[in-house]
Amino acid sequence: MANIISDETIEYVGILAKLALSDEEKEQAKKDMGRMLDYIDQLGELDTSGVEPMSHVFPVENVFREDVVVNGDGSSETLCNAPEEKDNMFVVPRTI
Amino acid sequence: MDLLSYSAVELAAAIRAGEATAVQAMEAVLSKIDEKEEQINAYVTLDREAALKAAQKTQKKIEAGELTGALAGVPVAVKDNLCTKGMRTTCASKMLGNFIPTFSAQAVINLEQAGAVIIGKTNMDEFAMGSTTETSAYGETKNPYDFNHVPGGSSGGSAAAVAAGECFFALGSDTGGSIRQPASFCGVVGLKPTYGTVSRYGLVAYGSSLDQIGPLTKNVPDCAAVLEVLATQDAKDSTSIRREDTDFTSALTADVTGLRIGIPKDYFGEGLDAEVKEAVLAAAKALAEAGAVVEEFDLSLVKYAIPTYYTIAAAEASSNLERFDGVKYGFRATEFDGLHNLYKKTRSEGFGAEVKRRIMLGSFVLSSGYYDAYYLKALKVKAMIKQAFDDAFARYDLILGPVAPTTAPRLGESLSDPLKMYLGDIYTISVNLAGLPAISVPCGKDKAGLPIGVQLIADRFAEKTLLRAAYTYETLRGAFALCTDPCRGNMPLRRRTGRAASIEDTRFGD
Repeated sequence: MANIISDETIEYVGILAKLALSDEEKEQAKKDMGRMLDYIDQLGELDTSGVEPMSHVFPVENVFREDVVVNGDGSSETLCNAPEEKDNMFVVPRTI
Repeated sequence: MDLLSYSAVELAAAIRAGEATAVQAMEAVLSKIDEKEEQINAYVTLDREAALKAAQKTQKKIEAGELTGALAGVPVAVKDNLCTKGMRTTCASKMLGNFIPTFSAQAVINLEQAGAVIIGKTNMDEFAMGSTTETSAYGETKNPYDFNHVPGGSSGGSAAAVAAGECFFALGSDTGGSIRQPASFCGVVGLKPTYGTVSRYGLVAYGSSLDQIGPLTKNVPDCAAVLEVLATQDAKDSTSIRREDTDFTSALTADVTGLRIGIPKDYFGEGLDAEVKEAVLAAAKALAEAGAVVEEFDLSLVKYAIPTYYTIAAAEASSNLERFDGVKYGFRATEFDGLHNLYKKTRSEGFGAEVKRRIMLGSFVLSSGYYDAYYLKALKVKAMIKQAFDDAFARYDLILGPVAPTTAPRLGESLSDPLKMYLGDIYTISVNLAGLPAISVPCGKDKAGLPIGVQLIADRFAEKTLLRAAYTYETLRGAFALCTDPCRGNMPLRRRTGRAASIEDTRFGD
């Protein structure tokens, strides 16, 4: 395998992806990701100099409109889906 | 009269004529569900009483002349990544196991305005990530043709429901083949429209630049009729496109005279099953004999589509799925220490293995130091792949090829090797990268009786050409019996068309 994923890399990816991985999951992830990156490295065979990266197949431009409210107040329905809510707000653990 | 033998368009006509009612249609579907669902597991969420009530309400509106839409009274199954107001929408994930949307996807609203009645929500790979419907947190769906095989994915529940008569048509979503491949595996028609044709508002995002909603139906005319209803511009989706030519049913003429069809040589090389190859080339031959000009050509860059797709899709997924954090909706871990730990534990417990795999890969290819080498590189190759298709469509009206290298794999065969599963997307994936429309139409069965699909690909906005050719082929092929019994024997294409196929006797063969 050309791509050896280090413990540090998997730790870092875990932080970026906000995932807490077990040791077993980490080992599996190192293997899977290494294999995928080996495969993706095929793209290196292609000369892409002078090619503009394309994120959308159509030119996407900002769509401007007046900021007019078209929907009503759906806060109570929305909060029905919250794992925890209080006084019309989402409840999260203490952060400070 | 067996209502279930009707197509969606035929059923709507019968209801309009007063020969059947929306309630009878829903009852027929529900009794089929009672008979088959325990084995097939096409649905994640199904509320019989609510479905019947909705059908009654619709029937009253039809009788009062308030509902005259093309699909009035027709029961539809909706993939579970499309939001349905008041109806649980799980994306087949534990993460959204209790999520009740407060709004419906625009595609769902369009269907309801046309009078379609929602039966329930269909099973899928978790967050549409997978090719077999086995990554669902709610059990796998079985292929109605053989319960030991997968239905394909990620819209596997929708395809299986159509094939088994558990609905009259279904909605799916296609990011890398997720409509076309299960349609092929289950012997139904599946269409992925040009990117931007159907609003993605209310579709739970996976790879936003690739995702597109489309129909899975019993035949091509149904497919055109449903697309006609779905294709509207929507201000709520900034990538939605205004299209003037949405009278897709007008394209249903059996005539391919002079149509230029290109067959990419690279689609018929190593890895393609011999029976699939034979059936797909027989379909090409049938179109050639009907007057289309069919020839082989070199579509370059084919092998680079999969690495490009998995880089881009994983990157977009890692960003799109950040929203699942246990705060606003869905699952929340029960034990945690502080806000950051709440996020991590919720996501680790709420997501399945395949979803985590793609989020991690996506986070990596977007991370500083690797962004240029992986993500930006993939976006450049995407531009080159689009150019390769542009060049092809300068010479051809359509591209024809297989949908998948094999027929439906056995259950459990694919998940052990993710990379191998990804390779199965080789013929479908570049269509999403280039934003093209493509359709899968049943073209035969293998010796084991599992369906095979032929894929037609058109240039952007050329759905009418696509539907015309698909309709012509379907007419030439004759009826493709939808699954009624998994033990039913093989009905090979050659018997229906009266001609055997092999590359040797096709004039475009090598």
